[in-house]
Amino acid sequence: MTINITFNGKAIQVEPGQTILQVARQNEVNIPTLCYHKDLSPTGNCRMCVVEVKNWRFLQAACVTQVTDGMEIETHNEKVTKSRKLSLQLMLANHPQDCLTCEASGECELQDLAYEYKIEAPGWGTKGTRYTVDSDPNPFIRVDMNRCILCRRCVQACAEIQVRNVWGVARRGIDEQIVAGADTTMLEAHCESCGQCVAYCPTGALSNKMSYGKGRRHQIKKVPTICTYCGVGCQFDFNVKNGRIIGVSSNPNSPVNGMALCVKGRYGWDFIYHPDRLKKPMVRQYLLDGKTKPTHYDPKCPDWGWVETDWEKALDITAKKLGQTIDSHGPNSVGVFTSAKCTNEENYLMNKFSRQVIGTNNIDHCARL
Amino acid sequence: MQDVFQGAQAMFIIGSNTTEQHPVFGTMLRRAVKNRNVKLIVADPRKIDMVDFACLHLQQKPGTDIALLNGLMYLILENGWHDQVFIESRTEDFDEFKIVVKQYPPEKVSKITGIPVKQLYQAAEIMGTIKPMAIIWAMGITQHIVGVRNVMTLANLQMLTGNMGIPGGGVNPLRGQNNVQGACDMGGLPNVYPAYQSVTNEEARRKFESAWGASLDNKVGLTATEMIPGILEDKIHALYILGEDPAMSDPDSAHVRHCLEKVDFLVLQELFPSETSRYADVLLPGVSFAEKDGTFTNTERRVQKLNKVIEPLGEAKPDWEIIKELAMRLLSRQILTPDSPYAGWDYENTEEIMVEINSLTPSYAGITYARLQNGEGLQWPCPNTDHPGTRILHIGKFARGVGKFAPIDHIPPAESPDDEYPWVMSTGRVLYHWHGGQMTRRSEGIMKVYGSALIEVNPDDANRLGLNGKQFVRVTSRRGSIQAEALITDRVPPGMVYANFHFPEASANELTQAVLDPIAKIPEYKVTAVKVEIV
Repeated sequence: MTINITFNGKAIQVEPGQTILQVARQNEVNIPTLCYHKDLSPTGNCRMCVVEVKNWRFLQAACVTQVTDGMEIETHNEKVTKSRKLSLQLMLANHPQDCLTCEASGECELQDLAYEYKIEAPGWGTKGTRYTVDSDPNPFIRVDMNRCILCRRCVQACAEIQVRNVWGVARRGIDEQIVAGADTTMLEAHCESCGQCVAYCPTGALSNKMSYGKGRRHQIKKVPTICTYCGVGCQFDFNVKNGRIIGVSSNPNSPVNGMALCVKGRYGWDFIYHPDRLKKPMVRQYLLDGKTKPTHYDPKCPDWGWVETDWEKALDITAKKLGQTIDSHGPNSVGVFTSAKCTNEENYLMNKFSRQVIGTNNIDHCARL
Repeated sequence: MQDVFQGAQAMFIIGSNTTEQHPVFGTMLRRAVKNRNVKLIVADPRKIDMVDFACLHLQQKPGTDIALLNGLMYLILENGWHDQVFIESRTEDFDEFKIVVKQYPPEKVSKITGIPVKQLYQAAEIMGTIKPMAIIWAMGITQHIVGVRNVMTLANLQMLTGNMGIPGGGVNPLRGQNNVQGACDMGGLPNVYPAYQSVTNEEARRKFESAWGASLDNKVGLTATEMIPGILEDKIHALYILGEDPAMSDPDSAHVRHCLEKVDFLVLQELFPSETSRYADVLLPGVSFAEKDGTFTNTERRVQKLNKVIEPLGEAKPDWEIIKELAMRLLSRQILTPDSPYAGWDYENTEEIMVEINSLTPSYAGITYARLQNGEGLQWPCPNTDHPGTRILHIGKFARGVGKFAPIDHIPPAESPDDEYPWVMSTGRVLYHWHGGQMTRRSEGIMKVYGSALIEVNPDDANRLGLNGKQFVRVTSRRGSIQAEALITDRVPPGMVYANFHFPEASANELTQAVLDPIAKIPEYKVTAVKVEIV
């Protein structure tokens, strides 16, 4: 059963039970939104998606209004556009004009709409900085509530995606504010530092501390990949600037996890650049000297000293020692530990290496541990 | 995972701290409870976070899972909630199984597990009357001397209730490491070639002999937990370790270190100097997941493409290249049949390796890079390039034909509390850290939130010990002793402590013992008798 509506002067048939916004998107009509996100339940509070429905007293928020039979809807007439401009003006009046230094510039939905609707911040507004910049000690999430437009996507992302309910709305009227817990720090409010709120924030109110100042949308390349931690297999995008990873962002097309990530996946990547990284092959001094291995481990003994060497030498020594072991004790005296952190291709090669090259089935990994 | 998230009407989590170990799947389960009113039962000795979302928390004593499950099945049978049609058409050996289960009346089970009889009835009713029910489990089930028996008992429960091979049901083991599934699939095990083709099977061995052009050993090899002690028994003289840290992640660390010190030659391919690298003779710098191409297989058998994001740092090389270089050097020692299709090692890229995998691994035959590039991922078995992959196993038929009920009795853990070591310690990870901690301990933000080892102690016990606030405790087992700050919390019941193995200065594995499940050779990490003192 379908119903008949008039959409921007055109008669169309649509499935009932849909919102005006859903119908618009199906018909490729772009109704602007800020508080709406397809993953979250609509709240209708930013008023950007207002449309005119003939014979209805007020403009209606398209994200929360369902189509009914005979409805006549205008999405872009003068009245609607004027209302949207006013809403934007009110938001900008209460939003710092700091796009120059804002992390979100270039992917800020408020900035995009202000540009599209040609809105300048009104001279009568701009209350300036009301809240402490970078107000929360969470090591991953940078909070600047001056940039908040009270869309509540963070509240919903935390409640509906992460189901942790860290964020809430406090106070009334002009003092209305997004707070963690009972206006505590995020971690005190049992935040799990997953960064879902950052991923859904349309402005720079919530951003990633690790990436702050390191690169903006137009400067980075996004490379999709798979997380290295647990077996869930979340996908995300690495943000790369000049060949260096500067952050992680959600990839909405991820088949397993959608936009959701955990603290390790989103923020636990900086080990990649840790100064401890081994960057050259190393062998013990005694191997270079052609001596036999000292019987006891003693870090002070010069024979035990690590020496950086080149790949040729390190691999030659390794192959020689493994070969000698096979010659004197047989292939089953060699044990191979493959890795549950490495790829399928590498694990296949380790299996082939043990069985074909060494000649042993002594291969295992940490599946049991 | 999607079918459980969207379709399960009841969920039974046992031995999985899902929100900390598989956090994103954990949030999906929370959403299922919140949005669809799914009935969630959590069985765990600890009051883990997931308990907040459960309608029932069965707080069993560590190491009593079989008694608990048999007790629940006793009540399901008694009330006639079992799925007779499923049992008759899809399973065998039901009568033998029934005889054992009949020996677990609720009063007896309550005594063994410490769970009130009333809760057993409540749980059995949910499990017996709501379908589909998904069982979700992880290392809390397997890291016992009865690991295999625990898993078989869970399979019994799902066959009894007809929850096998249906969306939203099944046994859903959550694999720990990102590619532990793939490492098993690819033959990274002592008993099987890729796709679980047994090394003792003549036909399988011939297949790989003719593919690789070499004669292959027909005896099952040693497991990791056997290779390390094998050093002292003169069985193992050299070790090649890729991206693992047995000195942190294996049980009874002091003994592991002692063994590693004695090995004639140890080559370690790693990202960082680790606890194990102290004993290495050669260190080969491998790369992180961001510096190489390849594929990972997740816990639901979904193969996904890993993409190279940045160039390898310094002179480090992608691990597959290092293995290849080493193989090429040793290959000349072998007498190979030159016309065998996969005798050689001259791979130019990882896609060429995948082509070889495709031809030798039936379940991966249809999983090609061309199909994975769009980011979708394919779930094996995927026998050819037109096959869409397999979301759910055992639909209509089990791999072995009919499902076999196994009669399984409760066996107490290897080490029970006594006068000298009156506490029970369980081990695991925490949300902010990963396994031996080599990666997460090198992440600045993570260390700010969780910078040192914490040992969970119950408030009543803390009172008894005189622990107050941020104080250190010493936990001692028959094998070793560690000191760390106590976290006073009712997550653990009285008489139990919980420690992690993320920090070498206070790793739980100094205390754990290398007693193994006789079949899976998995160590009993979840039950160690210890004593606890204030430092």
